[in-house]
Amino acid sequence: MQVYLPIAEVSVDAFLLLGLGGLVGFLGGLFGVGGGFLMTPALIVIGIPPAVAVASGANQIVASSISGAVSQWRKGNVDVTMGIVLLAAGILGTGAGVALFRLLQRAGQIDLVVQLSYVVLLGIVGTMMGIESGRAVLRRRRGPRPPGRLHQHFWVHRWPLRMRFRRSKLYISAIPPAAIGFLVGVLTAIMGIGGGFIMVPAMIYLFGMPTLTVVGTSQFQIVFVTAATTLLLAATTHTVDVVLAILLIVGGVIGTQIGTRMGQLLRGEYLRGLLAAMVLAMAIKLAWDLVAAPLDLFSIAVGK
Amino acid sequence: MTPRRRALAALALLAAAALLAPGARAQQVIADLSRHLVAITTGFAGAEVLLFGAVDGEGDVIVTVRGPEGDVVVRRKSQVNGMWINTQSVTFGAVPGYYAVASTKPIEEIVTPPVAEREQIGAGRLRLEPERNIPPETVAQFRLALLRNMERNGLFQARTATIRFLGQRLFRADIVFPANVPTGLYTVNVYLVKGGQVVSAATTPLSVSKIGLSAEIFDFAQNRGFSYGVIAVAFAGFAGWAASRLFQRG
Repeated sequence: MQVYLPIAEVSVDAFLLLGLGGLVGFLGGLFGVGGGFLMTPALIVIGIPPAVAVASGANQIVASSISGAVSQWRKGNVDVTMGIVLLAAGILGTGAGVALFRLLQRAGQIDLVVQLSYVVLLGIVGTMMGIESGRAVLRRRRGPRPPGRLHQHFWVHRWPLRMRFRRSKLYISAIPPAAIGFLVGVLTAIMGIGGGFIMVPAMIYLFGMPTLTVVGTSQFQIVFVTAATTLLLAATTHTVDVVLAILLIVGGVIGTQIGTRMGQLLRGEYLRGLLAAMVLAMAIKLAWDLVAAPLDLFSIAVGK
Repeated sequence: MTPRRRALAALALLAAAALLAPGARAQQVIADLSRHLVAITTGFAGAEVLLFGAVDGEGDVIVTVRGPEGDVVVRRKSQVNGMWINTQSVTFGAVPGYYAVASTKPIEEIVTPPVAEREQIGAGRLRLEPERNIPPETVAQFRLALLRNMERNGLFQARTATIRFLGQRLFRADIVFPANVPTGLYTVNVYLVKGGQVVSAATTPLSVSKIGLSAEIFDFAQNRGFSYGVIAVAFAGFAGWAASRLFQRG
């Protein structure tokens, strides 16, 4: 069934979008990630203009991340102070990202920058996750290790502007969380991702936050940054397509529930290993597209 | 008789009457469309519009359809450090967003090249000018790339569609619009050709616009972006939350 997307101005099969939302939701639920890094490139591949794909993708992530955020909030796993620092910087980052997106679009380099960002980010995250899950599998075979310190002390603990993050039992500089929040905001606006796969490792390895508050706080942050991005893009570039978003959301919420249930049946480190393989495959595909000779050297952009 | 055929017959009668009427001698070709509005609704997946008309006497007929004009940026990639990157661009002004041509015989057989050139008959003869001064060989290369890309998108019809004569005077042709057709005002030009020259011409307008829900969504998004965003976020938040509650119970 063909449906005309009023903002994207293309006609797409509604079942294709429902299926895509369902598949990304399923993978998201299975691996405990938002799935934006899969959704945006997939939408561009099926012919949605990149600006609309990013904006509608951000709108869809609000739906896919809210239930997790609400349940984390109820369990008291959200470090509100940390969340607010990340969020304030994140909204500034979103504003900068929107400006950067338009600048790059006018220069004709947006596709290149988005693609390169994906290759670099997915490459790094996939490799890190692969190594980590490999180690976890080995560790499990060798047996448990004695517990160590609460967290390691890094350089971030010595920077100025120190703040107390009660819930995470941290007393660290506010600069690194603000920088990470800003970066995630920029990436949300350019790549249409929630940014969980950058924030979670940063919180664990850079700030030394306890894992429990990491998950809760990052989900809290994702809901609000993607909501802010949707609002900002709807108000400035008018690129949020609600028909597209609704179809993705309907498919997505169903897929997420199925994925979450499946995920409980599999062991964490194997899941992360699988996700790492998928992320790396995506990075390699995008890298190949950059270096392989294009079918047509020329492309056109029709102005309004 | 299908409704379309009935309409065709009725309009053909009118056409014939107009041609036979005294004082209408100068008008040697007349044409009209089965509808003057292509409505893009939520279920839109392309459309077909029937063009019909009548000629006075012998001759061939050519029809061109031009969409609303706008700027088109053509970019060329080249290899930089192993990657294919957009390095060169040429902007063409006043490029029609849609172009199609139909005729009774191949264009080259019925009009002389200067006439085809002057009337811009055929996508390859569209006058496309770059906005800045650029060497002619570069322009030629980018112009061909523009035509090729527009054809690939289905917005420039590569092939000349066939106009069929029904008897001596009546003719008809189908104009096909793909799903990605731009909105705006279109011009349909009908030419009567004799001995390589255009002897008569008629123009009829056609509008392509969003109608109903898709138009309302588009207008709302354009005119009240912030409220639109609030609704989009509220819906997403509610849907996500409601779904998780629903599945917890079930």
